[in-house]
Amino acid sequence: MDLITKEYRTINYISGPLLFLEKVRDFPYNAMVEIILPSNEVRNGQVLEIGDKHVLIQILEKTAGMDIEKTRVRLKEEVSRIGVSGEMVGRIFDGMARPIDGLGEIPMDKRLPVIGSPINPVARARPEDFIMTGISAIDGFNTLVRGQKLPIFSGAGLPANEIAAQILEGARVREEDENFVVIFAAMGITRREEAFFVDHFDKTGIKNKVISFMNLADDPTIERILTPRCALTTAEYFAFEKGMHVLVVLTDMTNYCEALREVATAREEIPGRRGYPGYMYSDLASLYERAGRLRGKPGSITMLPILTMPDDDITHPIADLTGYITEGQIVLSRALHRQSIFPPIDVLPSLSRLMNNGIGEGKTRDDHRELSNQLYACYSEGIDIRRLMSIMGEDALSEMDKNYLQFAELFEKKLIGQGAEPRNIMATLDLGWELLKIFPKEELNRINKDLISRYFTEIMEDGIQTPFF
Amino acid sequence: MTENTGRIVKVAGPTVVAENIPDVRMFDIVEVGNFGLIGEVIRLDGSRAFIQVYEDTSGLMLGETVKSAGVPLSVTLGPGLLGSIFDGIQRPLNILREKSGEFIGRGIVASALDTEKKWEFTPIVESGAELESGDIIGETPETAEIMHRIMVPHGVSGVLKEIHSGFFTITDTIGRLEDGTELKLSHSWPVKEERPVKRKLIPDTPLITGQRIFDTMYPIALGGSAILPGGFGTGKTVVEQMLAKHSLVDIVIYIGCGERGNEMTDILIEFPELDDPRTKRPLIERTVLVVNTSNMPVAAREASVYTGVTIAEYYRDMGYHTLLLADSTSRWAEAMREISSRLEEMPGEEGYPTYLSTRIANFYERAGLAVTGNKEERTGSVTIVGAVSPPGGDYSEPVTQASIRVVGSLWALDSSLAQRRHFPAINWNRSYSLYDQRLIGWFNKNVGDQWSKCRSQALQILQRDAELQEVVQLIGPDALQDTDRATLELGKMLREDFLQQNAFSEVDASCSTQKQLGLLESHIRFHERIRHYIEQGGNLDDILEMPLREQLAGLKYNSEQEFGDKLNEFYDNLDRLLS
Repeated sequence: MDLITKEYRTINYISGPLLFLEKVRDFPYNAMVEIILPSNEVRNGQVLEIGDKHVLIQILEKTAGMDIEKTRVRLKEEVSRIGVSGEMVGRIFDGMARPIDGLGEIPMDKRLPVIGSPINPVARARPEDFIMTGISAIDGFNTLVRGQKLPIFSGAGLPANEIAAQILEGARVREEDENFVVIFAAMGITRREEAFFVDHFDKTGIKNKVISFMNLADDPTIERILTPRCALTTAEYFAFEKGMHVLVVLTDMTNYCEALREVATAREEIPGRRGYPGYMYSDLASLYERAGRLRGKPGSITMLPILTMPDDDITHPIADLTGYITEGQIVLSRALHRQSIFPPIDVLPSLSRLMNNGIGEGKTRDDHRELSNQLYACYSEGIDIRRLMSIMGEDALSEMDKNYLQFAELFEKKLIGQGAEPRNIMATLDLGWELLKIFPKEELNRINKDLISRYFTEIMEDGIQTPFF
Repeated sequence: MTENTGRIVKVAGPTVVAENIPDVRMFDIVEVGNFGLIGEVIRLDGSRAFIQVYEDTSGLMLGETVKSAGVPLSVTLGPGLLGSIFDGIQRPLNILREKSGEFIGRGIVASALDTEKKWEFTPIVESGAELESGDIIGETPETAEIMHRIMVPHGVSGVLKEIHSGFFTITDTIGRLEDGTELKLSHSWPVKEERPVKRKLIPDTPLITGQRIFDTMYPIALGGSAILPGGFGTGKTVVEQMLAKHSLVDIVIYIGCGERGNEMTDILIEFPELDDPRTKRPLIERTVLVVNTSNMPVAAREASVYTGVTIAEYYRDMGYHTLLLADSTSRWAEAMREISSRLEEMPGEEGYPTYLSTRIANFYERAGLAVTGNKEERTGSVTIVGAVSPPGGDYSEPVTQASIRVVGSLWALDSSLAQRRHFPAINWNRSYSLYDQRLIGWFNKNVGDQWSKCRSQALQILQRDAELQEVVQLIGPDALQDTDRATLELGKMLREDFLQQNAFSEVDASCSTQKQLGLLESHIRFHERIRHYIEQGGNLDDILEMPLREQLAGLKYNSEQEFGDKLNEFYDNLDRLLS
């Protein structure tokens, strides 16, 4: 075994985050390398391409101070690995999994490759355990289950972080304490956002349940490409080796995608839509698909990526590709936010694809599915009528139209706009039935008669025709 | 070193370049590097071969060997395909799991079919018979319902010297020709080559899907092709799964191409539990699953659609009707784009390679109703339904456009319908079927001769409904005449009670053609009566007060057995209240 690591001084080109090295034959593809500056400072890089003329290296940190003459490159590891151990809980790391909280190094249990391997589809277990987030718009209409990946589609200035924090809080309360860990991966977020989360973790006492990987806005962009992978490798260790329920928050995926675009552009790749690389779908999938459960194993990885839609555009490639990979999305609405409705979740474009697995008798309640469909349909109708009214004025509306209008109003204000207080799922469902009382029974065509007679007529018998608020 | 190895000179993503592989040919399968990764030659340039590797290439080094297998990417065809779950290059996922655990390792070789299982083979030819390619030499029961017919492989013919009955594995010799050629239960076939047929027929029989929006409104023929384009959240996958569950075909091939792992889990758990509506056997027994989720290697994703369609053609050749569902073809196209860009090819529209539309056309043209066999002719079909995921739901993008040009039915998913929870969210005004005129005769003859009349009236009502909706947007519903309001009312009922179909309802998830006709006709008759009533000076609001509307809305939730009685009850009521 060759113990002396060869160092190469054959750099012939550095531009952006890329470095070309000549006459290298023993670097494996995707290996990690160390770049030694003339000042003897060491920086990390990764092999992006190997060829007989040169090897292409992506520098994961700043390139300032590198030169062509004296800078050396040596092989560090055949694949990029990080150390993991149970001691990581409660600690803070940088974007490449080095501790930055001043509490020193951690004895590592094992070193795992950050790339990860795809889960064999036949080894997956069906995600079907309801997670109560305490948010009506999610629990009632876009139910989250363990092992799901459900992103929050936000816009600049919308309170995505606050909602994520509330979900974490809600999830923590209900999990058995021992068995639950939050992994927080920050990519390019500002100090202010960082402070919000740190403060929140402190305040709610969740701090000793969180593992943070922090790549802030002023940290190297390229490091962001590794940050979520470090976080997810750690998540896999806790979920599938330690049997814990892991909730991973990835924020902000928009910054991650921009880093991806930066590298692609530097490599002079042919750009896809809006300059993002053509393989962005596969790349995002290699992150998102690491959520899930395995058959015969107790743990789970539930993922809450947060992304900011540039100009609130849901067809933007980042939101679009994410939506095609994840099992639904929670979409925030600027219109609701302006009306001070919190959480400003627009339930119409929001969706949870795994909802049906996690609700119903024995999980939430037997009326959940149909009630949610009915409320959804009525709200959608109400929004249509609201649009109609803005064109034609209120006079053109029928009595029933006005009921729908009023329903939409109350739905937004009461059911969605619950404020910061968590709400139990049963309370959410009851409130839903309450709101439906605006309508005569015949109008409720999405719910079968049996459920209506059990949950609806009782209230009708009291003779109350409109809700009490 | 053996003489047929070359050396790696470049690695970039899934593309590897190797030098000096002797006798290497285009599309040959190669074994790459010390890990033994599987790849395919996609370009030859002087002494260099460009290879797309079906597995993750991390860790490969310059100078590692590349060995050619001398054959193109092929699938193994034989008994045992049904019920299997393969990855994009036909490796059985259950075996991969046994070999490398929950996460898929690299360089794992696994035989596509079980080589130890013995199948009972009964010959139907005798020694001395003159055989040609495609002739059936015997049968083996593959499942309780499907008789697997063993055919003489293409390119083989001659006089049969011997043939045996008994129990054989897929690699055992079951017979010999005079020239010494061995006959086996299985053979392999290159996936990118269409399996030849004697002739293709014009599709004239509908594929009954049990979904009203398709069968009644926009039917597909056995041997036809259709696409399901729709943005995310419009319910593509649910529709594809409904087709897989309820279509009246012999074999279903489901390709999960670059889609979600958790969704595949749903299928993997549900299909063994669900029964085939016709045979009452577990659905999995008539299904082959090809699964390459979005995080599995991109080159294998590209191969997965070919693997699937080749298996479909194989069962077609036996005389079966097969349905191929590809979810989603956009991921397949993106895989092409990714590989093309690694090859530094000149890109066409939106970075897709310029041969995109050719590849898409070639794929859909592998669908068809065909006659195979020689002395004894058999008719079988491959029907292809491809989901398309247009970015941002915009149909003008290249994959949707290239697909629309070649397929026979367009089933347009609509996100505004999905948001309204109208499922299946197929836009009835935007969809079409090029098969409808040819198939209407079949429906009139086999379901009821009022079919075409009812269908065209329903389409007219829906069309008029859409026009009136626009008028209402401008002037309000009160300004309309009662006849127009009646049309609006009927349009709404057709949309809600007929077109909407609840995939999660036990009774309504699938609907027989008889029931479809009953539902449709009852709506049309109701409409006629309303119009008549109004023409006689009656008031629409009076009718809406009657219990008829509610009764009609509830009809679809009656089981097939009860439906007839309930329909008659409705007609009785209709006669009583609105004669």
